[in-house]
Amino acid sequence: MDPIHQFNISKIYILGHFGGHEIAITNSALFMFAAVFVIIGGMLFATVSGALVPNRAQSVVETTYEFVAGMVRQSAGESGMKFFPLVFALFSFILVLNMFGMIPGLFAVTSHLVITVFLAAVVFLTVIIYGFWHNGFRFFKLFVPSGVPIYILPLIVAIEVLSFFSRPISHSVRLFANVLAGHITLKVFAGFVALLGGIGIAGWIGAILPLALTVALTALELLVAFLQAYVFAILTCIYLNDAIHPGH
Amino acid sequence: MCMFAAVFLTPTPRRHYVAPRFHGHEGFAMADRRLPDDDEALSRRLHQLGTRIGEAGVKRKQDEQEMREQETKSQSRSSNMARGFQLSSEFVAGILVGGFVGWVIDRFAGSTPWGLIVCLLLGFAAGTLNVMRSAGVAAQQGDGWKKD
Repeated sequence: MDPIHQFNISKIYILGHFGGHEIAITNSALFMFAAVFVIIGGMLFATVSGALVPNRAQSVVETTYEFVAGMVRQSAGESGMKFFPLVFALFSFILVLNMFGMIPGLFAVTSHLVITVFLAAVVFLTVIIYGFWHNGFRFFKLFVPSGVPIYILPLIVAIEVLSFFSRPISHSVRLFANVLAGHITLKVFAGFVALLGGIGIAGWIGAILPLALTVALTALELLVAFLQAYVFAILTCIYLNDAIHPGH
Repeated sequence: MCMFAAVFLTPTPRRHYVAPRFHGHEGFAMADRRLPDDDEALSRRLHQLGTRIGEAGVKRKQDEQEMREQETKSQSRSSNMARGFQLSSEFVAGILVGGFVGWVIDRFAGSTPWGLIVCLLLGFAAGTLNVMRSAGVAAQQGDGWKKD
């Protein structure tokens, strides 16, 4: 009945110790391995025939490729396509993990802040490192908007810098909070059904409403699971666009 | 003989179809010696086909537009919570970063509590800016200060 219980990390196999820390394969790690296996295996299985007229599985993979490629081209331009592998990996990884989370009994990896912060940090560091490597000091133009009077410029630059550094936080918290809140809400409403069902006949009638809500919420959560993967990927593209052409 | 088979195997003629006439064994030169009523029927059919394609195209475009409108409407309704999360996380992130930067400055420069106060206020401003950008009210970073 505890709605938080589903997020518990449990050790499955202890690999050893490293500097006083235990290195173990947890249920979280297991599902990440499973996601990578599903993505790579699915892609290879679907495209191994390489048919000119694709079958169902191949057309799903091709549609996903076209979808992400279109997203990168639209938000980061044609020169953003060198980051296509990164964006596609992030999108498919988060999407598959979110969808795993929607299967009852499985673990929702993206409901842990550590994972989403790490994913957002990868994007953030890529933007900073590539931005400096590609643009040099022109990268700082990102913080200096054009057409600002000189006497408020220091204030504006400070605000812009803070706004820039708040990106990875909002980038990661958004995904984490959506998945966490969705799963807790689902669990609480499903718990109402069980509680009311235990009362008797009157409870069974009363349980119809939370049951209907649980069904509706499951559909909504499926949408959120896709939408959050999409939002994460498209924000990645927008941030990468800043690294490729700062100040335009 | 071969020609006969070809004529028999063609699909049933439509209403305006005028069966080709054969003059002796000069079948191959038929296209050059088409009769005037043949030409007329053909151009009439071509015209009808053109108008029908045009009508179908207009209808299809309307259908697509309606579908797209419905899609965006349902999407905006069902993802209100997602939008709320997005805007609130943008705002909170700005304040958190401002507070953290202020705390670090205070810790190393020993200017407690002024660094925290100033940076927290700047963080509020940055958070508000984030929300405005996320909502599409302000221009994106690096796009210049004013929108258009």
